[in-house]
Amino acid sequence: MLSIIIGILEQGFIFGIMALGVYISYSILDFPDLSVDGTFPLGAAVSAAMITAGVNPWLALLLSVIAGGIAGAITGILNVKLKITDLLSGILMMTALYSVNYRIAGSPNIFFMGEKTIFTSFSQFIPKLPDVYSRLILIVLIAIAAKLALDWYLKTKSGFLLRSVGSNEGLVITLAQNPGRVKIIGLAVANALVALAGAVNCQRFTQFDVSSGVGTIVMGLAAVIIGTTVFKKVKFLRVTTGVFFGMIIYKTCITIAINSGLNASDMNLVITVLFVLTLVLNTFINKNKKAKGAAANAVIK
Amino acid sequence: MLSLSNIHKTFNPGTPDEKTLFTDFNLNINKNEFVAMVGSNGSGKTTILNVITGGIPVDDGTVMLDGINLTKMADYKRSKRIARVFQDPSAGTCPTMTIFENMSIADNKGKIYGLGHGLNAKRKYFYQSQLEVLGMGLENRLNTPVHSLSGGQRQALALIMATMTTPDLLLLDEHTAALDPKSSDIVMHLTNEIVHQKNITTLMVTHNLRHAIEYGTRSIMMHEGNIVLDISGSKRADYTIDDYLKIFNEISIECGN
Repeated sequence: MLSIIIGILEQGFIFGIMALGVYISYSILDFPDLSVDGTFPLGAAVSAAMITAGVNPWLALLLSVIAGGIAGAITGILNVKLKITDLLSGILMMTALYSVNYRIAGSPNIFFMGEKTIFTSFSQFIPKLPDVYSRLILIVLIAIAAKLALDWYLKTKSGFLLRSVGSNEGLVITLAQNPGRVKIIGLAVANALVALAGAVNCQRFTQFDVSSGVGTIVMGLAAVIIGTTVFKKVKFLRVTTGVFFGMIIYKTCITIAINSGLNASDMNLVITVLFVLTLVLNTFINKNKKAKGAAANAVIK
Repeated sequence: MLSLSNIHKTFNPGTPDEKTLFTDFNLNINKNEFVAMVGSNGSGKTTILNVITGGIPVDDGTVMLDGINLTKMADYKRSKRIARVFQDPSAGTCPTMTIFENMSIADNKGKIYGLGHGLNAKRKYFYQSQLEVLGMGLENRLNTPVHSLSGGQRQALALIMATMTTPDLLLLDEHTAALDPKSSDIVMHLTNEIVHQKNITTLMVTHNLRHAIEYGTRSIMMHEGNIVLDISGSKRADYTIDDYLKIFNEISIECGN
């Protein structure tokens, strides 16, 4: 039981980092970025290739993040400079990345059990603690660091522009800033986070699989929607915290579904059904909110 | 200061909806002038503003501001010198950000939007003093998200934001049209104060004839892409609302309305 809970937490925090990226593109930028399905395994591919080549795992992690950022920027350039629609830009990037990831990794699968990873290097600091815990601690630490970095960024001037470009692009133009550039930066940051999650996931399980990205965006969206609607009610929680809770809830549901006798190959169906449920819940909550809002307005008038 | 010369603009060329709005249109606005522009729907008022800001490319002609050719310049680059307040109160502010955040972001116009702290805490009291003038109580609601403000409050905020860093040219695009009469008067009064205080060259498009007469130093009436009335100084002072209405009705009758 304990190992199941730890597994859920590990997955929740790793994929929560990915959901932070989806939160930027989907919620803040209002950009349905499907390249996420390609940048998650991109982070994994870079890490796996680097580690098997003997590169320091932390450096491998950093390179994964940079690769994700570049891929995100290219999605942005396709949309902003080449005027391809947002949805199609992401699909094109995702498709291209499949080949790129294969090329980087050199094969559809890499297993590197026994190689140095960030987890083996971290567990050396606290040798008395069993690996199960030290792994979880490291994952949580990385997740918190990513969350705090994003919180900080969204409060900077550059972050302010990012927030306004999604809700009112015209304002960015009147501020004499190029909204296209802001979008490209935003997508780079978003996909850097997604690749970070992919890299951490790959180093945790010491394997890379070229098709591991399928369904990433759906998972991320579900967590963001749970995080932004369900946890909006809890005032003191930021959305960036909410998406982690969203992902943990989501992973719990999946684990329950799988443990109740479904096969691993049923995962995508489970993911989809859960997503639909989330959407229905979202509409339901919003409807209630609107009804309440109207009532409140009536009272004021 | 601002000059539009030989502007040509045809919408939907080569389609059944083809419509030529401007053929050889010219307009000059001098420094510190406050121009009030009126005209029927489709007369080209808003198109002029879009031509100036770069929202609509011209087929031919040049747009000059202070001797700089803006004709081919990207819209966001023109914004360095031009500010605009839109008809839609939500267009000039960011709804998901607070009043404080909105004012800070506007205050930074012309500077780099880097990794410094977004909120300008040093200027908090200045922002509050700016909001206090409105008499809307916004100075005590700095941390309120803008989407929860009323249209009038948002528009007043948008106006303050647009003029926070003094622009060379201020464009007002029917900026009181979507407001109730009281808010409309408050915003118009505020506009007049800011324009005079900061000496901003202003082009205001309005449907409100009373505003067009009461405010500004020059009145222009547009009709089907042409200027049909352009008065300033003592001649303008003698014009009453009835005189405007007379001309307005004449052009309306001409086109069969």
